[in-house]
Amino acid sequence: MAILHTVNKSPFERNALESCLRFATEGASVLLFEDGVYAALKGTRVEPQVVSALSRLRFYVLGPDLRARGFSEERIIPGIKVVDYAGFVDLAVECDKVQAWL
Amino acid sequence: MAEVVKKFMYLNRKAPYGTIYAWESLEVVLIGAAFDQDVCVMFIDDGVYQLTKGQDTKGIGMKNFSPTYRTLGDYDVRRIYVDRDSLEARGLTPDDLIAVPFEDMETGEEIDNIVEIIDSERAGALMNQSDVIFSF
Repeated sequence: MAILHTVNKSPFERNALESCLRFATEGASVLLFEDGVYAALKGTRVEPQVVSALSRLRFYVLGPDLRARGFSEERIIPGIKVVDYAGFVDLAVECDKVQAWL
Repeated sequence: MAEVVKKFMYLNRKAPYGTIYAWESLEVVLIGAAFDQDVCVMFIDDGVYQLTKGQDTKGIGMKNFSPTYRTLGDYDVRRIYVDRDSLEARGLTPDDLIAVPFEDMETGEEIDNIVEIIDSERAGALMNQSDVIFSF
């Protein structure tokens, strides 16, 4: 598999997600964690960018970070998969390399 | 000597857990409460995420400090403001936020929730009216 892109910054405070989506190529994976999980929520100002990118990228969000911030899986944009820490590790192993958008 | 009462504003712009700002702000608010000043707490930008209901941090091994916001009224914080535009940009509604009750010890008046959703113009005016702004 191609690159695993990780985004741990809020899309409302930093341009990490924006840059990630600009450079990630077809078939790559994007894992949202820590404050990056806010990008996975429905109804936000950045939802259109995420929905548009879902057609060419696989999206994952880290469940424990989501729940810590008060959000359940029902609030997630359809098509984004919720993973736990073991799932995070699996993604890192499956992908050729990891690019962290710090 | 007459006591000087200043208007303090705690201005919160960061999401909880990803950085330490939110927790540090809350600590300073609680410490400051001991000094009998006129205090208000404002949440704008990602700061509005500090007040989301249902935070459960068991999975990330950090302390869930969100229940402490509900006690701010007991620390004599009478004014808590949330910027409406910041909520809307994040797909949030007032129902997503925790309620902070307040009971006036002198008059016995009870308020279910002192969290007030305001527009940016009002928020700016409140900043102007403050003597000191603590930024987090």
